[in-house]
Amino acid sequence: MKITTTLVTAATLCLAVLASPLAAQDATPGAGFYNALKGKKIGFVPIAMGFNETQAWRTAMERQAAALGYEIIVRDPNWSIEAGIQAINSLIDEKPDILIIENIDNRSYNRMVQKSIAAGILTIQTQQRSEIASDAYMGPDWNEMGRNAVDGMVQLCGTDSGKNGKIAIIQGALTAPASLLQQAGIDEALKAHPEITVVSNQAADWDATKAYQIATTVLQQEPDLCGIVGFWDVADAGIASAVKEANLQGKVAVITSGSGARDSACDKIASGDFTFYTSYNTAGQGRDLNAIIRTLLQTMPAPGSKPFDLLSPLIRITKDTMTPSSCWTLDELAQIGG
Amino acid sequence: MTRTRSKLTQGRIVLAIAIIAFATFSLLVPGFLSAGNVSRLLQNVSILGILAMGMALSIIGRGIDLSMVASMAVSVAWMLAEMNAGASFAHAFGYALIFSIAVGLINGVLIAYVEIPPIFATLAMGTAIYGFGRVFLLASDVNYLPDSWAWLNTLATAAPLGIPVSVLCFGAVCGIGHLFLRRAREGRYIYMMGDNPQAARITGVPLRVMIVAQYVLTSLVALTAGLLMAALVATMNTRIVGSTYVYDIILVAVLGGISLSGGRGGAGSVIVGTLLIGILLNGMTMMNLGYTTQNVIKALILLAALIMDSLVNPRDEQTSQQGDI
Repeated sequence: MKITTTLVTAATLCLAVLASPLAAQDATPGAGFYNALKGKKIGFVPIAMGFNETQAWRTAMERQAAALGYEIIVRDPNWSIEAGIQAINSLIDEKPDILIIENIDNRSYNRMVQKSIAAGILTIQTQQRSEIASDAYMGPDWNEMGRNAVDGMVQLCGTDSGKNGKIAIIQGALTAPASLLQQAGIDEALKAHPEITVVSNQAADWDATKAYQIATTVLQQEPDLCGIVGFWDVADAGIASAVKEANLQGKVAVITSGSGARDSACDKIASGDFTFYTSYNTAGQGRDLNAIIRTLLQTMPAPGSKPFDLLSPLIRITKDTMTPSSCWTLDELAQIGG
Repeated sequence: MTRTRSKLTQGRIVLAIAIIAFATFSLLVPGFLSAGNVSRLLQNVSILGILAMGMALSIIGRGIDLSMVASMAVSVAWMLAEMNAGASFAHAFGYALIFSIAVGLINGVLIAYVEIPPIFATLAMGTAIYGFGRVFLLASDVNYLPDSWAWLNTLATAAPLGIPVSVLCFGAVCGIGHLFLRRAREGRYIYMMGDNPQAARITGVPLRVMIVAQYVLTSLVALTAGLLMAALVATMNTRIVGSTYVYDIILVAVLGGISLSGGRGGAGSVIVGTLLIGILLNGMTMMNLGYTTQNVIKALILLAALIMDSLVNPRDEQTSQQGDI
């Protein structure tokens, strides 16, 4: 009896000892989560700070970093590829746990992405993808953005609308995936819509003044134009100005897309400047980035071993579908973002 | 100041090319010759033209202002930011005006008194202005014209008698520039400074004060162009500072016959240069030529103009100046 009791006691003790790590984890839920994130270092090289997308990501990421005790280091190359490469190089030397790179085009940072992975740093690419896969890509599916623009064209200028289907396209920078892939998406989707004719296709280099100039010329040349498609709301403010100036607001549709920031999107949809807007919702993207950071830091895969995409869900906004929560502001993000 | 020069000045060569380009587009592109398109054509380059007039002021006086675009973008963006924060128009405009004058003064003092060559002084100032603006004045690169000030947009996009307001502004700036350069004593001083600064000084031109005044004027012209730009497209994106816009401005000025070594050209040169660029941009956009193709054609025509000038007006001991580039 005694032996049995001793054995049972010993076995219970053994089990208790063996099970103790599990029990400890249960006792303070999330300890592993907090430990995985605390004190970590995350580098971020945007195209430039100071515009809606990058400011929103930064705000969201810094809110989470402050709450969970890790650090975000931002290096701003201000639209310069050379400065961007320097910034990435210096960050790689500082060995952050994660490096987030916003590509300026599809090639320039290829070697940098490779180098970062080779240096053992988990590497995330945002918004535009380079030709090299890394641990994660967060951003829109630009082809889908193009298909959305075509849906806008068909809805506003297609057969059912009773309009003539004449469209002008004003792209961004011709080397940017955001422009290239969006145009490819448009070309593909337009095959099913012969009633839409593209009468002009120009690049405005993401610049509002250039977009304005191209739009005024095209409106002059094609007085019966049905719609103008732009690739970025910030630049397409210029298209809206040209349409307003020609007294064609309400007659010529402005189809555009972007971050869904209140000042560049909803305000302009409400005022009639933009007719059809596709938002990749940068507020949601900030949350996505934070989710990628939390996941990678807990799972710690070997850098580059398990690449995945987190494509941004798109939101279509028109005057009729717009709600108070269709857009976001930086002040809101600072309070509730991420 | 009289020189032996052929009647085919660079300005006239460029004017001839502009007329040929205009005639060619009129034949090739339907709708190019319509009154509406011609006024659009002018409108699209009027901001560039105004900036080129400002640049002309500093180049004629043997200077150059590479900080012009930064000064324009930051002062106007600051104005918009203040308006968005609820400031009155006078208040916000006052800030922009003071900023713009301050930039001109600093440029002028650096060049006239500290004696830094203008190209370096203004290059550094351009970066400094942008950095200062982004760190201390502006929360964001892109600043929008607030809805309560939409009348500015309405005003800038109006076209009394069929002539767009921006073209009228361009005309006014060139007109004032012409009167100043040709009629005012200070205007003549600028030519003298450009032709031979040391000789100008000996003959009693207050050289240093004039240099400061020259850069303040250039900065004020930049502010004018910036106001028009912001009113037209209802936004000001300070990213323009990092673009090659300043070279376009210099190109327009130099193309029309304003020599980089100073003392030559005037408002007429700016108008001619602006016209040629305007005709090329408008015609090629209407022909739906691609971005790169447009750039190549533009560059080739500009080179052609420079080559013809070099052939017709070869540089020799008589036409070259002290300090010619």
